[in-house]
Amino acid sequence: MGTKTSEKADNSLANDAIIEIIEMHKWFGDFHVLQGIDLTVRKQERIVICGPSGSGKSTLIRCINRLEEHQRGRIIVDGIELTDNIKNIEKVRTEVGMVFQHFNLFPHLTIVENLALGPIWVRKVPKAEAEETAMFYLEKVHIAEQARKYPGQLSGGQQQRVAIARSLCMNPKIMLFDEPTSALDPEMIKEVLDVMIELAQEGMTMIVVSHEMGFARSVAHQVLFMDFGKIVEGNTPQEFFENPQHERTKLFLSQILH
Amino acid sequence: MMKETAAAAPSPASGKVAFWYDPRKRSILYQLGVLAMVGLLGYYLVSNTIANLERQAIATGFGFLEKEAAFEIGESLISYSAADKYARALLVGVLNTLLVSFIGIILTVILGTFIGIARLSTNWLVSRLAAVYIEVFQDIPVLLQLFFLYAFFYEMLPSPRQALSPFTGVFLTNRGLVFAVPEFHPAHIYMGVAFLAGCVSVFFLRRWARKRQAKTGMAFPVFRVSVGILVLLPLLAWMAGGSPTTMSVPVLKVFNFQGGFNVSPEFTALLLGLVLYTAAFVAEVVRAGIQSVSKGQREAAMSIGLKQGQVLNLIILPQSLRVIIPPLTSQMLNLTKNSSLAVAIGYPDFVSVAGTAINQTGQAIEGVAMIMLVYLFFSLSTSAFMNWYNKKMALVER
Amino acid sequence: MENADQINKSEVIKPPVTQVGVIGWIRTNLFKGWFNSLLTIIMIYFLWMIVPPLIRWAFIDSLWVSTGAECQQSDGACWSIIPANIRFIIFGFYPYDQQWRPLVAMALLIGLLFYSRNRDHWKKPLAYAWFLGLFLMGLLMKGGLFGLIPVETTQWGGLPLTLLLSVFGLTAAYPLGIVLALGRRSKMPAVKTLSVMYIELIRGVPLISLLFMSSVVFPLFLPQGVTINNIIRAQVAIILFTAAYIAEVVRGGLQAIPRGQYEAADSIGLSYYLTMRLVILPQALKIVIPPSVQQLISAFKDTSLVVIIALFDVLRTTQTVLSDPKWMGFSAEAYIFVALIYFLCCFFMSNYSRRLERELETGL
Repeated sequence: MGTKTSEKADNSLANDAIIEIIEMHKWFGDFHVLQGIDLTVRKQERIVICGPSGSGKSTLIRCINRLEEHQRGRIIVDGIELTDNIKNIEKVRTEVGMVFQHFNLFPHLTIVENLALGPIWVRKVPKAEAEETAMFYLEKVHIAEQARKYPGQLSGGQQQRVAIARSLCMNPKIMLFDEPTSALDPEMIKEVLDVMIELAQEGMTMIVVSHEMGFARSVAHQVLFMDFGKIVEGNTPQEFFENPQHERTKLFLSQILH
Repeated sequence: MMKETAAAAPSPASGKVAFWYDPRKRSILYQLGVLAMVGLLGYYLVSNTIANLERQAIATGFGFLEKEAAFEIGESLISYSAADKYARALLVGVLNTLLVSFIGIILTVILGTFIGIARLSTNWLVSRLAAVYIEVFQDIPVLLQLFFLYAFFYEMLPSPRQALSPFTGVFLTNRGLVFAVPEFHPAHIYMGVAFLAGCVSVFFLRRWARKRQAKTGMAFPVFRVSVGILVLLPLLAWMAGGSPTTMSVPVLKVFNFQGGFNVSPEFTALLLGLVLYTAAFVAEVVRAGIQSVSKGQREAAMSIGLKQGQVLNLIILPQSLRVIIPPLTSQMLNLTKNSSLAVAIGYPDFVSVAGTAINQTGQAIEGVAMIMLVYLFFSLSTSAFMNWYNKKMALVER
Repeated sequence: MENADQINKSEVIKPPVTQVGVIGWIRTNLFKGWFNSLLTIIMIYFLWMIVPPLIRWAFIDSLWVSTGAECQQSDGACWSIIPANIRFIIFGFYPYDQQWRPLVAMALLIGLLFYSRNRDHWKKPLAYAWFLGLFLMGLLMKGGLFGLIPVETTQWGGLPLTLLLSVFGLTAAYPLGIVLALGRRSKMPAVKTLSVMYIELIRGVPLISLLFMSSVVFPLFLPQGVTINNIIRAQVAIILFTAAYIAEVVRGGLQAIPRGQYEAADSIGLSYYLTMRLVILPQALKIVIPPSVQQLISAFKDTSLVVIIALFDVLRTTQTVLSDPKWMGFSAEAYIFVALIYFLCCFFMSNYSRRLERELETGL
């Protein structure tokens, strides 16, 4: 899966934190879905989060762009703290891009319109410029020829690549991926992972919830294991896969690496 | 061992097939049979009818339309008297039906949308009350609701002498609803013209704003400015016309009010009944439409950084309208068809007038045929519209 | 960057008090944000204005068993109009001492309906039970056999009439609707055109025009000397009307059956009739049960229209009571009572159809 870019001695890592999560708790009613999360993400760092379903990993990253609210603790993204302040939330959302498991492209707009929507309406960019940016990113994810089509006419893998391009058009500082390949047919997973790897190589800060361990091994700086709402264990990919510390981690790894 | 099945089923390749086993010929035979049966039935009914009509000395044909109607009609949009022809009486009926349907449709869409959105509100109280409304008004027959409202007017509202007055200048009595209206003044014409001019300018404003945004990226508050224009221009026209403020105020004179604008109890009861009933169904249509847009769409839109209003306008509404419009037009058609119940509470809609004509001339077949044709016209045009809309708005897929 | 090595075993932290329990519920559902809080306050105000006077009128000041004269004196609701006239409202002009018969017929119908609710009972014996039941109901109403005094259909009225018109209407309309739906999907142009014309014509006109037609035009269709009574005319109109709507409902079901089913049946060599009977229709009809229940609800509500052709369904019997000088002026109470009957029936049917839809969706 390409060269390992996650050496611990990688000096290109910036040292300042871009995401800080401090003692964060979240409940769904009485259900304590996230229990005391402490996490710091540095600029250009790439983290892969794995864990059984129901462990709270999707909820965790959805809290980072406030698609979910936390009840206790603090979340600070690029210096902006996430509270009920709607202005701050909107600012954070323009800096954080998200790619969903089910793509969520807008079916009534063409591909180009999907991508240009954010720049036009949020960053107030003229239409021609927005479309230029759109075409640039479409080329980047190798799908420029589908520009005038509608999402319904594309395959799953193509749609997900468009979804990645759509987030990139907003020039985010952080990219969140919520199980980006789980809804894809096996033969399309690679095309999406390749795009994600290219993104990584360009230095994007990425948090990826995924079970694609090959991807984790080749690109991640950190692999975190979550279970029952807590971060059980986290380490460099090499350490994580070769020397898992906790029983639960070992159990999980044995289940998914067959 | 494959044997030929029944010898009477030769293979097509042979070319010579028994007449009654050839599927094409069989289908023709079958259709001829069906047509013959229908034809026979039709012949039977028609011959009976002709015999009966002769025996009862009932006229046929539409000549009666030229005869004098000899009955009064309670309310009419155009001038009418008992000396007018049946044709004119029927026209009055059609106009009345269109009037109550048109106003009913507008009010129903507004009320229904409102309740549908309320049903989805995160406020428990609002959403429950909307749900109760929908359930109650859907489950009670519309005719019963009409009777109830009609009785409300005639039994529960007082006579004009003791009129109820919820606001100044508005009076509710058992003779109907009467409220003050501005006395007619030429300035009103200027206001109408100004409003039309406002509509035209809003249209061009939107186009200009769209072009400007495409070129420079700057958004223009089109909505607010449009509302401003539509309010300001007529206001200016009113001032230019001399700011007339005289109102025709209803004043109680002996038995009833004079002046102002009077809406009969029949019309009010019919309109109210139709609107309250149909709005319950429209609310469900709107709710289903909004819910049909998956949660992920909203989340994706929010995560690009779009504001609430933008999410609604750019993503949710276009998608939900596709799902809402077809069943909505069905409900509009239902309202129009249900307006035929006016005959039960004395509002002179088309069915009511045609019914009177049938009674007087005995020409039931022509009368019923006319009723059906008029409503058929409404429904076929609505179907055509819906088909056109569906084709135009279909999401492009593989 | 942290490694959460120690997992807290003992601490169970509770969510903030304002987030859960009664307070939390109130906060999220009623007062989230200033707009919602405003709405809540407005709603509570409205309820406060309307509900207490309503309760006072309907329950506190109301009279439940009294004469009409006493009712005129009081301000409250005159519910006494119901018990005093209930037998007329429910049974219409049916002979007073024979009214146990329509009562038993209705009980039989309701019993059958309740029994049919449970999907486990949907087997052949149930269909036979229904046939037998409908026959018995007709017998009870009409009489003439087994020592039952014959009662003319002109005397049938009230709730039994409403139920009869709707249930019988839907049952008879269903086969016709299926034929029309199949006809509409047929490849034979004559059959298809006839079906489409029928369906679009009937669906495009209001029921009232069909009732008028049944009332004044049907007699003209019959040869001299042959008359059919009012109720049968109305029933025929309702059947013809409902059949067109059933046809569209069934067509939806037929469209949902994948082509593969038709092809499989063809490849076994089944004729058109057998394909439909054994393969397609059983599946299609199962799919359209929820919308069919909706049709029953509509038919039930629509029977109220027979008021307009002077049949004494439960709405008209109520109106007749109201025209009695003793009980004049209490339309609200009487209509509310009838509305309650309709509402309860329709509400339960609606609920049932929704529940059925959920069940059929999840576990076919």
